[in-house]
Amino acid sequence: MNRLTSTLLATTVLTSVAGAAAAQDQLNALVWCDHMDPELIAPFEAAHNVTVNLREYEGTGAALALLEQSRPGDWDVLVIDGIDVFRAVEAGILAPLPADELPTADFFPEVVMDEVNTIDGVTYAVTEKFGYNTISYNSANVDPADMETLATVWSEKYDGRISIYDYYLPVMGLAALSEGIATADISADNLDALGGVMTTMRSRAASVAGVVAAQTALATGEVDIVVGGGEWLTAVLAAEQPELTWTIPSEGAVRWTQSLGVVEGSANPELALEFVKYIVSPEGQARLATSSCFWGMPANAAAGDFLSDEQKAVLRWDDQPDYLARTQLYPAPDDALDVAMQDLWLDTLAQ
Amino acid sequence: MIATGQRAKGWGFVAPALIWTLAFFIVPFIVMGAMSLATLDGRNLIWGVSFDNYASLAERRFLWRAIVVSLEITVTVTVVSVLLAYPLAWIIAFNVPARWQRLALLLAILPFWTSYVVRSYAWLLVLAREGVVNQTLMTIGLIAEPLTLANTRFATVTGFVHFFVMLLTLTIYANLVQLSPNYRRAAQDLGANAFQTFRHVILPLTLPGIVTGAFLTFVLCIGDYVTPQILGGNTELTVPQVIMVQLGRRADFPLAAALAIVLMGIVTLAYLAAARWLRLDRL
Repeated sequence: MNRLTSTLLATTVLTSVAGAAAAQDQLNALVWCDHMDPELIAPFEAAHNVTVNLREYEGTGAALALLEQSRPGDWDVLVIDGIDVFRAVEAGILAPLPADELPTADFFPEVVMDEVNTIDGVTYAVTEKFGYNTISYNSANVDPADMETLATVWSEKYDGRISIYDYYLPVMGLAALSEGIATADISADNLDALGGVMTTMRSRAASVAGVVAAQTALATGEVDIVVGGGEWLTAVLAAEQPELTWTIPSEGAVRWTQSLGVVEGSANPELALEFVKYIVSPEGQARLATSSCFWGMPANAAAGDFLSDEQKAVLRWDDQPDYLARTQLYPAPDDALDVAMQDLWLDTLAQ
Repeated sequence: MIATGQRAKGWGFVAPALIWTLAFFIVPFIVMGAMSLATLDGRNLIWGVSFDNYASLAERRFLWRAIVVSLEITVTVTVVSVLLAYPLAWIIAFNVPARWQRLALLLAILPFWTSYVVRSYAWLLVLAREGVVNQTLMTIGLIAEPLTLANTRFATVTGFVHFFVMLLTLTIYANLVQLSPNYRRAAQDLGANAFQTFRHVILPLTLPGIVTGAFLTFVLCIGDYVTPQILGGNTELTVPQVIMVQLGRRADFPLAAALAIVLMGIVTLAYLAAARWLRLDRL
């Protein structure tokens, strides 16, 4: 075989391979880091012979800005904070979902949340995962009994041993609960009371930390308590550092949820819907719940059949009815209140 | 009189730089300026000419505090970095044999090769309660209890200084090696001692290198978000952190743009203060 023939053959083979790859469907998903786990995505890619292109983002504002600057069809699937679904719908970013094709009947009833995922009778998103912003702590260094009352958590006893999760909504939700104010009742009228609690909390804190920094601080012993932490912070460390744990104090805690929807104008709406169905299926839910980035409870209770006893123990599966009853949804402020809460948060940080 | 052909040739040479500046500085700056004059109506962006964002900044106490904190950190970092970088650059320029100078410079900038974020987290571990510094101090009996080093301004300044000493060493070294040895010889011949030679001859001649490096340090430091966030533990607000909060959830680009313009104003003032000595051609 001469050199020309070899070159032509190699070119043909490479072109064929490239052509096959190009022919394969692509799905573009704007997600949180827990969806980046290959253990979660690979089974879907194999089952549908597609490539899922994932892009991680932080902050609803960043995601909405990115989507508004994209062309229709650039994105197929969006993961979004449950309380922000309405913002995406208002911006025309989410497409309707066929509610009757989603297994919400198997979900924990408290997290179906039609009030956030369905607007004017049209379902735009489905809850996929939930958990709690509460108190994470090192049981070897603090008295677990002290963690059962919020005021004790940020008392003088733990001065300098606390880190505050760097997101104003759940932390202000906890501040409200410590004052006996329901998260849904936070208003401009009671922000002064919240400011007082946060000033105390801030004065005791060694740091105000994001996810990685809070995990690092707790794992390295820099702090012993993370206000706003929860299973999403300590579950991935459970095997190596079982002393790192979390609790829901007597006043309750804040419940976070994340929703999943199909982007309006998706180039692959059928495939995007299949992806949504896969994520909320029991198998997909079990994989999402135990993602390498952070663990959290699956919205679909049927996922329990696909989780090991050890995994369920870490997620505290059997305690969920109690936890769901004692926790309240994230504060969901309107625009004016959101600005006021954010300014109060920045005022507190600047102290 | 310049011929038309020569003028066209001149424009041809300048065009790439002009296009680059236009595309990556002038146009983005105009867009940012226009954005700072826009407003948010609920969640809708309204383009127009409104100074509401600037007016609202004046009322926000946390912003003034953030500006003061940013300036305090930046000035501290710049001064400490110059004080550490100058002797290092001096040693490399005058005490290290010429054939080893490249290796010395390479070693000096070695930390540049690692990720900025990774380096910040590495410092966090070094300064932690159970970190190397505290463990060493406790082992040799200097302290009984671990010191709080991480998540403090000290940690922020340490992380910055580690980075900027390298930058300043390069700019000062580049200035030092351009100095003819005859200046020092002449000063000594005229009876100046080592300190007088440095004070009245070397230092004034190397001032452009110092000021240029210090200005770059100032600009990069005051606009940095990562180090105060990771090493400072977000215990003090800086202006970039305030900007990020505006974008993260609410996507308030107009207010964030107004804050960025304020930051740019501070940098411009720093430039005007340093302009007299800024001599990039001396590097």
